[in-house]
Amino acid sequence: MDTLPSTAPLARLKGASRAYGAVPALQDLDLSLQAGQVTALLGANGAGKSTAVGLLLGLLAADRGEASVLGHVAGSPAAGQATGAMLQSAGVPERLTVLELLALVRSAYPHPRSVADCVALAGLDGLLGRRYGRLSGGQQRRVQFALAVCGRPRLLFLDEPTTGLDIAARQALWSAVRELVAEGCAVLLTTHSLEEAEALADRVAAIDQGRRLAAGSVQEIRARVTMRRIRCLSMLDPALVATWPDVREAQREGEALHIVAEPVEPVLRRLLEADAGARDVEVGRASLADAFLSLTRPAVAQAA
Amino acid sequence: MSMDTPRAVPPAHATVATPRAYLQEARREFMRMLREPAFGIPVIVFPAMFYLLFAVLLDRGSAGAAQYLLATCGVFGVMGAAMFGFGVTIAMDRERGYLRLRRALPSPPGAMLVAKMAMAMVFAAIISLLLAALAWGLAGVRMPAAQALGLPAVNVAGVLPFAAIGMYVGAVLGGNSAPVVLNLLYLPMSFLSGLWMPLSMLPGWLAGIAPVWPAYHLSQLALKIVGHDGGGAAWLHLLVLAGLTAVFFTLARRRLAAAE
Repeated sequence: MDTLPSTAPLARLKGASRAYGAVPALQDLDLSLQAGQVTALLGANGAGKSTAVGLLLGLLAADRGEASVLGHVAGSPAAGQATGAMLQSAGVPERLTVLELLALVRSAYPHPRSVADCVALAGLDGLLGRRYGRLSGGQQRRVQFALAVCGRPRLLFLDEPTTGLDIAARQALWSAVRELVAEGCAVLLTTHSLEEAEALADRVAAIDQGRRLAAGSVQEIRARVTMRRIRCLSMLDPALVATWPDVREAQREGEALHIVAEPVEPVLRRLLEADAGARDVEVGRASLADAFLSLTRPAVAQAA
Repeated sequence: MSMDTPRAVPPAHATVATPRAYLQEARREFMRMLREPAFGIPVIVFPAMFYLLFAVLLDRGSAGAAQYLLATCGVFGVMGAAMFGFGVTIAMDRERGYLRLRRALPSPPGAMLVAKMAMAMVFAAIISLLLAALAWGLAGVRMPAAQALGLPAVNVAGVLPFAAIGMYVGAVLGGNSAPVVLNLLYLPMSFLSGLWMPLSMLPGWLAGIAPVWPAYHLSQLALKIVGHDGGGAAWLHLLVLAGLTAVFFTLARRRLAAAE
């Protein structure tokens, strides 16, 4: 399924399966992370994202298959020293100052970044002496990012990195990630925000119920979806439009009518026949969000 | 920041300065507990308060009672520092995902546990010194140097079994229920092991089952130093405590490893 020309991946899951009791969380998952690339792992809650990250971090053992980092078994000391992680719920001790936390995590790595570099990269100016528990949510997120990158990792895990960040802080974090990637870092990004995946990711892997649905570049994933969106000003009843063949979805938003159709051409023809007064007709490509929805809910799409 | 050349990144198998990592870990654990007033103050002040109350204010000039309580209040303090220092922080760290984050870091395995252990031992030493100062200054206790040094030594080593018990409770329970359960263990066990008043003052059957409690065995070792113990063999108490340490430590490790 890997369509990109690939050199040896920096980290990979190969046929990895893992179950919790009788419940399978991952089934035969292949995932490879390349140096200098951001790979976005997309999936709904419970799709298996955390399990995949847990396997690559060596927090979990695979029931079958393998997880490796730089050719070492995931979770081995050599793998750990090349890895940094920003996890979703990282209960960092609240009584320690930012500088103390940085010193603690830096001491675990053989060649850490300087504190000044960490401050610059994560935007921690003026925060070093503050206790973690007294920082705002966004500031805490930035500290977590600094802790993830302070060891100069070649492999970086970012689990929902920008939840709780305002727009400026989010942009700053994105540009820091781009900087690390330009240095050759491999990044695995798990996110709900498709906007974030579109902004950062070179490659996307979508998983659902522990299985990989699709993998490729953002454009490739989008191209899989032949769905188009129509937006126009029209007085037609969306309930009626929804009954037309090839229409997946029709909704009204004020004066505007939104239609999702596949294929789009016959619907467009019929729309203009049915309402000669329709104006401002726009046809758009599917966003990653649309592509993702159609991948994770093929049953819904086909039944509609 | 500057664009470091990726090639400058050394191979991943370069060795970490491990002693530095251990030292960092120990300092951080200690700062954490010291800045947690809900932990540091009760753990240090309670044993001292008990000593002041029972050995100084309520005691009618009995040198024996002041010595007895110096030994048992020390044990009481050690239990608190070890069980709460381990149990509550592990339960909270586990619940909030800090243990998960830590496991993802390449810190030396067990560095955090060693640091917590060292931290609890420092607290045990502080409690021992504070009690010794109160005993010397306010209760008029005088004892040979061997005894005066023996008590802190028993207290510091006594951290091990109670740290293991606390660790197990922290591995099993959440951050809210762990302190409650630990208190349910801590206070009744202290009373039933003769830490607040000699076992001879308890009903016979309660005194009879005292050897069931871990605190009894540690307090017997401490009392042996000041010559007020029940006459049991020291090696037997040591054996029980070592066994408890091994069992609870193993159970807790297993539980923490499976918690993922």
